[in-house]
Amino acid sequence: MNDQKISSNSASGRRQGRGKGRGRRTTKGRQPVPATVREIRQIIGDGPFRREGLLDTLHLMQDEYGHIAAAHIAALTDITNWPMAEIYEVASFYAHFDIVKEDEPIPSATTVRVCTGLPCQLAGSDSLLGSLFGDARIIPAPCMGRCENAPVAEVGHHHVAPASLELIQNQISGSAPVPQSAFPSIKEFQKNGGLTALLSLREGVWTTENAIEVLRKSDLKGLGGAGFPAARKWELVAAQPAPRHMVINADEGEPGTFKDRFIFEKHSLRFLEGMYLAAMAVGARPITIYLRDEYRDLIPLLEDGIKSFRREISGLPPVEIRRGAGAYICGEESAMLESLEGRRALPRHRPPYAAEVGLFGRPTLIHNVETLYFAAEILDRGADWFQAFGRNGQYGFRHYSVSGRVADPGVKLAPQGITARELVDEYCGGMADGHQFAAYLPGGASGGILPARLADIPLDYGTLEKYGCFIGSAGIIVLSDQDDIRDAALNLMTFFADESCGQCTPCRAGTDKAMRLMRDGNWDASLMNDLCQVMAEGSICGLGQAAPNPIRSVLKYFDPENTAET
Amino acid sequence: MNTPITFSLDGKTVEANPGESLFEVHRRLGGDLPHMCSGLNPHYEADGNCRLCLVEIKGEGALAASCIRKPEPGMVVNTDTPRAESSRRLVMELLIADQPPRELSHDPNGRFWQLAEKMGQTESRFPGRNQPAPDISHPAMAVNLDACIQCTNCVRACRDIQVNDVIGMAFRGAKSKIVFDIDDAMGLSTCVGCGECVQACPTGALMPANGVGVIESDRDVDSVCPYCGVGCQITFHVKDDGILSVSGRDGPANLSRLCVKGRYGFDYVSHPQRLMKPLIRKDGMPKSLHPDIDPANPLTHFREASWDVALDKAAEGFKKILDEKGGSALAGFGSAKGSNEEAYLFQKLFRAGFGTNNVDHCTRLCHASSVAALMETIGSSAVTAPVADVAKADVIIVIGSNTSNNHPVAATFIRNATKAGAKLVILDPRGEAMARYATHMVRFKPGTDVALINALMHVIIEDDLIDADYIAAHTEGFEEFSEHLKAFSPEKMAPHCGVDAETLRDIAHIYGEAKSAMIFWGMGISQHIHGTDNARCLISLALMSGQIGRSGTGLHPLRGQNNVQGASDVGLIPMVYPDYQPVDSEEVRKEFEALWGRPLNPEPGLTVVEITDAIHDDQITGMYILGENPAMSDPNLNHARIAFAKLQHLVVQDIFLTETACYADVILPAGAFPEKDGTFTNTDRRVQMGRRALPLPSDTRQDLWIIQEISKRIGLAMDYSGPDQVFAEMRKCMPSIKGITWERLLREDAVTYPCESEDRPGAEVLFGDRFPTPNGRGKFVPCGIVTPDEQPDPDYPMILSTGRLLEHWHTGAMTRRASVLDQLEPEAVAHLSPNDLEAMDVAAGASIRLTTRRGSIELTARVDSGVPDGLVFAPFCFTEAAANLLTNPALDPYGKIPEFKYCAVRVEAVSAET
Repeated sequence: MNDQKISSNSASGRRQGRGKGRGRRTTKGRQPVPATVREIRQIIGDGPFRREGLLDTLHLMQDEYGHIAAAHIAALTDITNWPMAEIYEVASFYAHFDIVKEDEPIPSATTVRVCTGLPCQLAGSDSLLGSLFGDARIIPAPCMGRCENAPVAEVGHHHVAPASLELIQNQISGSAPVPQSAFPSIKEFQKNGGLTALLSLREGVWTTENAIEVLRKSDLKGLGGAGFPAARKWELVAAQPAPRHMVINADEGEPGTFKDRFIFEKHSLRFLEGMYLAAMAVGARPITIYLRDEYRDLIPLLEDGIKSFRREISGLPPVEIRRGAGAYICGEESAMLESLEGRRALPRHRPPYAAEVGLFGRPTLIHNVETLYFAAEILDRGADWFQAFGRNGQYGFRHYSVSGRVADPGVKLAPQGITARELVDEYCGGMADGHQFAAYLPGGASGGILPARLADIPLDYGTLEKYGCFIGSAGIIVLSDQDDIRDAALNLMTFFADESCGQCTPCRAGTDKAMRLMRDGNWDASLMNDLCQVMAEGSICGLGQAAPNPIRSVLKYFDPENTAET
Repeated sequence: MNTPITFSLDGKTVEANPGESLFEVHRRLGGDLPHMCSGLNPHYEADGNCRLCLVEIKGEGALAASCIRKPEPGMVVNTDTPRAESSRRLVMELLIADQPPRELSHDPNGRFWQLAEKMGQTESRFPGRNQPAPDISHPAMAVNLDACIQCTNCVRACRDIQVNDVIGMAFRGAKSKIVFDIDDAMGLSTCVGCGECVQACPTGALMPANGVGVIESDRDVDSVCPYCGVGCQITFHVKDDGILSVSGRDGPANLSRLCVKGRYGFDYVSHPQRLMKPLIRKDGMPKSLHPDIDPANPLTHFREASWDVALDKAAEGFKKILDEKGGSALAGFGSAKGSNEEAYLFQKLFRAGFGTNNVDHCTRLCHASSVAALMETIGSSAVTAPVADVAKADVIIVIGSNTSNNHPVAATFIRNATKAGAKLVILDPRGEAMARYATHMVRFKPGTDVALINALMHVIIEDDLIDADYIAAHTEGFEEFSEHLKAFSPEKMAPHCGVDAETLRDIAHIYGEAKSAMIFWGMGISQHIHGTDNARCLISLALMSGQIGRSGTGLHPLRGQNNVQGASDVGLIPMVYPDYQPVDSEEVRKEFEALWGRPLNPEPGLTVVEITDAIHDDQITGMYILGENPAMSDPNLNHARIAFAKLQHLVVQDIFLTETACYADVILPAGAFPEKDGTFTNTDRRVQMGRRALPLPSDTRQDLWIIQEISKRIGLAMDYSGPDQVFAEMRKCMPSIKGITWERLLREDAVTYPCESEDRPGAEVLFGDRFPTPNGRGKFVPCGIVTPDEQPDPDYPMILSTGRLLEHWHTGAMTRRASVLDQLEPEAVAHLSPNDLEAMDVAAGASIRLTTRRGSIELTARVDSGVPDGLVFAPFCFTEAAANLLTNPALDPYGKIPEFKYCAVRVEAVSAET
């Protein structure tokens, strides 16, 4: 170098650029904090990380901290390269992830969720919510699938049902015993006739065609709500090119429905047998069980059952249990697939249907829990056995979840085609003391509301539709003369507004507008009818399409100006 | 699947083309269904969420969104039933309920309100929602979610189109909310300011900041972007002879996309520091090394002059030197920012007017080494395939290129390809923003490119992944080359380049086994003393794998400036005439002598850095610099600046008083990009039409006019009425653009060269049959390891690498005077790794001093986890801390390119007191 003095012109004070203020200290956006990155790595492991496993990863973080802090998300991005926006939009979609930004307080270690589903509201959950106090975080929550024991509350990960102030406080203070359930024995199950059908199929005694034929004869329909013939579904998926997936929709979120939970608790091995039967019949593997997070206490039971099956029978397809995270929409099968792929659970446009383009774009057999239970029963006992039951021209039977103002609520195994009055009188010990049968919801929150004078029509596919209702998952909620129909309708609409995924305008805006109008007591028929039309006709999926049913029922069967039946 | 589908639409039997939606069929047949998401840009996919385009399908219980629903044979579709019509209107009524009243709307004449008006639904009976607060944290964009209709156009803009992945749709139901990152303010998020979301938003929820979005333009002028070499087509929206805003046009290189510079970097043209009158250095005013002239007030050192006086003075100075010392005492720097026509005339002036080939431009500082290697091995220096071909590649290698920052829109094409399944391998000492989408992000030791690429080739040969047929048919020298590579096993090279052997083998297999693979490279390859070797290796890699000449394959050195390709094509380089015809070929020279009517100098001229040295050696005493800023862009600026100060006569033609203009004797104020017509050639070899949007301000003149006036005054008559006439002359000596006429460009906006005939498109992918070498074959050139010129030592223990920031372009003359860009990157920064800052006990944001053997600058430390330990990255755009004061002028022997990417540096904290 020459003799020129080393020069710096930074001291000259002249600025070409007119930049005001300082530049950023970092590259753009939130920066990961190294210590937090190390912490999160400890919690989620070293990977490789599956993008579709985002919900599972978020559960690990939520379970560890009781919340997910902003810094946790930045760290997760640093570790996985998943964009922060994607993590945030997914985490914020699901009710069970509590995201805490820097300026927000960290929620209390204990969260108490009080169910605000209609059966629980009827049982007084509003006053429970209003009277709880203390350090715990107390939040309203949608149906927890324990409506027979309303009102229900969840303290941490433990459900209190029926809940009272005292029981909840006991649970918070840790003085309540945690119930331990015993796992059923597969040997016992087999002794009682279990596994026969599965082994027959596996040994080639039965062919897939035989199995489908039996199912067809039984006329078993999907019991998750849509009622699609099970045999047809198996045929459709079996005809698609491999690899084929199977997904169990165990996201039983329809308010007033708890029969899948019942089947898990009482007949988990029968369900698993049905699951394996279906998977083997259509040649699907692996199997994924999408379990609503409210039922996460069932995971050990299911895992034990799966282990037992794999011990007894070789060559079964692998099963993975994936937790939902608090989103009713995941009961909608295509939304569930989105959730399983690690995204916000927005229902897909159809066609194509999941049988052709399902999980990860592959043909997918999707079944409800109860359907598989009956599939195993039928393949074991024969189509005629199933067909022998039934009433009012319908055949077979199903599990009705009955809640509300009846003397003995619960899951009732009863014939298809039974009427609401028969169900109440014969299976539920009649109405609860002091209550007169006034109205009922034949299909959970979305199946509409009928007055007691229409309690003698068969509860089944094809019949209820004529009355603007449907049976869906057979969650029967019974209302009495002491209940306000408009309050019940508002409860349902509030639920739909909370649970709408927000994808399409009619549902996102429609449920919200309807809720606001109803809250203000504005039941203007022409306005409401217009709103119901656009929701029913214009929504992408069943949630939005069915959401106006309560309004339409009230307008059609009940005078909105007084609660008396018209 | 390729047969049309017959179905019934509104009672008529119609046919749908495969893939067409109901909406598209309906529109093609003249229909006009409402829509918000589809059809706004053909590159977006319809989403079906807004439900404004609902139609009735016979037999279905609910209505269907026509934008996303495909017809099926025999389907009966009705768009005009009362049921469908009323539902569509009700959807609009629901959306209106949540909008601010039209008179208070952020975009009252935007697409949303226009559609509402057309549907006759501008009122709503429904109750509104609780409205969120505005977010005005970004200097260029305002976020007003009270107007958001959750259509997700912006999410798709950010996620699917530009693949920046900043915007998400969080929460659910009526609480659904557009968020940046994790619901951060836009200005504090990872947003790169491309503005795609604003362009996509139909309601005004995302708008240009400061209300410019609602002002109606007087006229809209279609042009191209003046920044990097990607060549995005734009539209200037002009109001009162000023640029109101810029939008992306559907050009082949950008598909309507832009980056922050192209969309928001235009108010420099009306910056108060624009030079408006010719200036002449005051008599007796000395040229000091650091002139310290305020660009807002040049009259401390210069006096204003009339054009006649200034041009006479400029020309006289040249004539005097011509008379006394001859043409080789003169040199010219043209500009890669100017048009093809300007570059052509400028080199013609030097060659035919001054009789010297001493004419060069900043290509010397960018890709000269790539050009040297490409000319040597395959006989052509341009890219072999356009960026957009990545869509057809299944493997993409990006090496030595910070594409996301320097070619932002090209990077979007690469990211699109990865989302569609292509494998991306990024090789770079620094992390790249695209790393998120890469199969491999390999951070090798700076300056070890040859070792790295040789190791990859070693594996490809060893594991027999070569394309033997291709090698036999299209190449020469493979045997010796293969022998040479035996010494470069991954195991041996691993410690050298800092990448483990297994990774090297993986990458070699990914590339070697690809059906089609492209290689992109940038200055990280070229700006080394072994830059030509680096490029040779990449070329050999492609040759041995047969990855040239087919769609989805090829070599793509990403061009840095908007017209660096074109300026080189038209001969703005010292050794060649237009179309790379060598000046030392007598045959060629005779042709140009005939065309230009002057005897021409057979001696190749000097290159940029050589010219500076020649000034020091008193061989060159006069210069004409047009639109270049070597007093910022040359390496070892002190040395370069001493040279400029030493010149007997310096004429600078520019729009601002650049650092270089401070040394001028005469300054000629020229028109800025939006004030000119001209053609520009992008990195893909696309010749594109730039159109004048603004009148020339005050007493400024067109560059073309100024060049001609100088030319006339030194005795070379030039009389072109406009760029079209210059272009016509270019076609006479440039076979490559034979099929491209000015009129065609006006009509088509972009035509790729080489283009044989006026009725045929140009060739996008080159060399499928043969290379333009004497024997038609591509040549393998073995390269050994050359270490960078200046290695770290105890006095200067770290490595300095220089380059660009996203927001600032080249020396910052334009971008630092563009208000948005300057607000986004207002001060000089150097990027360091978190570890190094920690070790030095320097906080991010603190002042540091960088010192090399050539100079010292003070600037702010920025922590950047993409920077490896031991390296400092300093952008060269900041005059107050000019990184090129530090850089090493050591040259690549073939390309004569300086080693901007590597020199030894010392980093010290600057205590707050001093």
